[in-house]
Amino acid sequence: MTTEELIAARRAEPWREALRKSKKNKERTEIPRVKMNELDAEYRSHTRLEEVNLGLTQEQAVLEAQRCLDCANPTCMQGCPVGINIPSFIKNIERGEFLEAAKVLKETSALPAVCGRVCPQEKQCESKCMHLKMGKEAVAIGYLERFAADYERESGNISIPEIAEKNGIKIAVVGSGPAGLSFAGDMAKRGYDVTVFEALHEIGGVLKYGIPEFRLPNKIVDVEIDGLRKMGVKFLTNCIVGKTISYEDLHEEGFKGIFAASGAGLPNFMNIPGENLVGIMSSNEYLTRVNLMDAANPESDTPVLQGKKVAVIGGGNTAMDSVRTARRLGAERAMIVYRRSEEEMPARLEEVKHAKEEGVEFMTLHNPIEYIGDENGRVKQMRLQKMELGEADASGRRRPVAVEGAIETIEVDEVIVSVGVSPNPLIPRAFQGLEVSKKGTIVVSEENMQSTLPDVFAGGDIVRGGATVILAMGDGRKAAAAMDAALKGC
Amino acid sequence: MNKIVSKEYFSANVVKLEVEAPMIARSRKAGHFVIVKLGEKGERIPLTIAGADTEKGTITLVIQAVGGSSKKICALNVGDYITDLVGPLGQATHIEKVGTVVCAGGGVGVAPLLPIVEAFHKAGNRVIVVLAARTKDLVILEEQMRAHSDEVIIMTDDGSYGTKGLVTNGVESVINREKVDLCVTIGPAIMMKFVSALTKKYEVPTIASLNTIMVDGTGMCGACRITVGGKTKFVCVDGPEFDAHQVDFDEMLMRLGAYKDIEKK
Repeated sequence: MTTEELIAARRAEPWREALRKSKKNKERTEIPRVKMNELDAEYRSHTRLEEVNLGLTQEQAVLEAQRCLDCANPTCMQGCPVGINIPSFIKNIERGEFLEAAKVLKETSALPAVCGRVCPQEKQCESKCMHLKMGKEAVAIGYLERFAADYERESGNISIPEIAEKNGIKIAVVGSGPAGLSFAGDMAKRGYDVTVFEALHEIGGVLKYGIPEFRLPNKIVDVEIDGLRKMGVKFLTNCIVGKTISYEDLHEEGFKGIFAASGAGLPNFMNIPGENLVGIMSSNEYLTRVNLMDAANPESDTPVLQGKKVAVIGGGNTAMDSVRTARRLGAERAMIVYRRSEEEMPARLEEVKHAKEEGVEFMTLHNPIEYIGDENGRVKQMRLQKMELGEADASGRRRPVAVEGAIETIEVDEVIVSVGVSPNPLIPRAFQGLEVSKKGTIVVSEENMQSTLPDVFAGGDIVRGGATVILAMGDGRKAAAAMDAALKGC
Repeated sequence: MNKIVSKEYFSANVVKLEVEAPMIARSRKAGHFVIVKLGEKGERIPLTIAGADTEKGTITLVIQAVGGSSKKICALNVGDYITDLVGPLGQATHIEKVGTVVCAGGGVGVAPLLPIVEAFHKAGNRVIVVLAARTKDLVILEEQMRAHSDEVIIMTDDGSYGTKGLVTNGVESVINREKVDLCVTIGPAIMMKFVSALTKKYEVPTIASLNTIMVDGTGMCGACRITVGGKTKFVCVDGPEFDAHQVDFDEMLMRLGAYKDIEKK
C-alpha cells in the first residue's frame, strides 16, 4: 500500500468518518489554539532540572485535537521529515484512544517523546497546516505528539512496533544520536540484527550531552532507547568506530551495512585574540559538562564554571540552551551576544521567548572582537564591535556590517562560544575511500544517503554539518529504506 | 566495565595498573591515550597508554595521584573495575629512522614514553633516555628503559641517584657530546617547556606529548585546545604530540589551572 492509499484507507474507517461528521469545520476552526502549560519563569530560572513545558492535560489535548480538520490531503505530513501520519494520530487523541495515537507515531518515528519536545514544528508540519491558509493558528501538532507519547510512557503500556521475521543480517550504526537511533529502529523493524556503536559512555548523542534537562529530560530519552532495546537493537558504549574497531574489523565481524551518524563533533571558534583564556569555552564543552557529566550536581566529580556575568556568543538553539543553563547555574547577568538582529536569529521563537522570560539579556548587533584576561589568565572583559545590517548575503539574511569606531567593553567572567560546529573528522579519516566535502562532511547521494563506499550510508550532522534532531531522524529513515533495498538486491 | 588484573606501586603516589581492554590492546599504537571514568558520577580524564599485551588483552596505565579523580583510580585494586574506558585516542607517534633520538621523561610522563622508546629503538635509531625525578625512590621504569635503549641517563633533583640536576642538564650533556636528530619529551608541562626551550637553542627538532584537560577526548568539546604555531589545535584529535618549539606552553600552563579553584574533592 502506498502512503497515499494508507492515508485514504485510514481516513475512511467508520469511526473516523463519524468523528469527522460530529463537528462542523467552522466549529473546529473557531476553537482557539491551546497554550502550553509552563513552569513559572522566575521559579524556573533558578531550578536546574525541572522541565519548562509541562505538557497538555487530557482535556486540553482532546480539545486541540478537535481543531484538526482531518483533511483529505493532509499537507502537514509533507512538512514532517519522518512522515508521521499526523491526522491519524490526532484523530485517535480526539476520540480518546491515546495509546492508539502513540502507536501511530511509532510507526514512523523512533523518538516521538523527543520530537514532541524539540522539533521546530512551526517550520515543519505546523507550517503546512490548513488553518494557516484560513488565517488561523496552526493545530498544535507538536504539543499533541508530546501528549500522546507522554501518555503512553506514563501509562506503563508501552507498545513495541511490529518486527519482521529476523533475517540475521548484521548492521552497524556509528553513533547513537537521533540519526542513528532512527535508523536503528527502522532496521530492527525490518528484521535486521542491529548494533549501535557509541563513543561516549551514554546512549543518545546530542539528546544527552547537548539538549538540557529543562528542555528534554534524560529519562525520556532513556525510555525511548529502552524501546529500541526491546526491539532487539544492541548498544555498545565506549567504542569508537575508526579507533577502537576499524572499518575492516566490522567487515571481519560480518557486518553487511554501516550507517555513519557520528554527528558534528568539532566546535567552531572565532579565532579572535584572547579566545583561549580560562573561562571561555565552546557550548559543546559547557553543555556536556552540565548535561552529560551532571557537573552542577555536587555529587559529580566533573567541575564546571558557574559565572556571574556570562556571555553566550551566537543566536541558535544551542546558544539559547547555553544561556538558559548559565542563568540556572546562578548567572546574575546572562547575555546573548549576536552579530545580527533578532529577526535573523536561527533559534526557535519559543526558545527566545523562554530565554527572555527567564531574564536573559539580548545584545543583538554586537560582535566580540577581543577578550581581555586578568593576571591569572581568566577572562574579565570582552570588547564588542557594534554592527548594523547591510545588504542581504548568500543566506538571504542581511549581512551585519561593523559600525566604525563603535566599540564597547563589558565585564564578563565566563564566555560560551556557540557559533556552530564542524563535522567530526574521526569517521572520514578512518574509512579509506570515503568521499568527504571541503567542509569535512561525508558526501552521500541525496536520494538514498549512500556514500562513495557502497556498504556505508550516512546521515545527520556528519552529512549536513549542523542541523536539527528531526532532519537527522529523517536521514536515518531514508537511509534505512535505501540500505534495506540495496541488501535485498532490489 | 574493564577489570584490573594487576597493580604495582612505583612509588607512594604512582601506580601501574594493567586493565582488561582487548580491543584497545589490539588497536593502540605508541602515543595513543585513553579516557577513563570511574563510577556513575565520575569525571572523564585522559591517560596516555604505557603499554599493551595483545595476548592477555590488557593495556597498562600509570597514574599519579594528584587530583580527586586520579586518587580514586589509584585506590583501585586487582579485581575492581574501571566503569568506562575508551580509546585508543589521538594520533599515534610518527616513528621512523632518524638517527639519534633523545627521549626525556619526567614524573609519570616516563610511562607513556616507554612505548615510544621501544618503537624508535625497534626502528633502528640510537636511543638515549633521560629519566628525571625529584629523588631516587621516584625514578620509575629504569630497567624497562635500559632493555629498549642504548643508554639511560638518570637525573635527580637531590642527587640521591644518577647525576644531580634537572632533565634539561641531562639532555644538554648529550647534545654537547654528540649529534642529536630528534628529542621526544613527556612530563609535567613546565618540564616540557624548559626542555623545548633548550632544544630550540640547539635547533634539535623536538616532539612533546601534551596532557591537557579533556571531556570527551574525540574533538567534541575543545577543552583541550592549545596554540601551536599561532593556530588553535585540539590536543585530543590533532595531538597529543606536537612540535614542541611551536607550542605556547605558557598558555597551556594557564589553561591547565582552569578548574584549580573549583576542583571537587
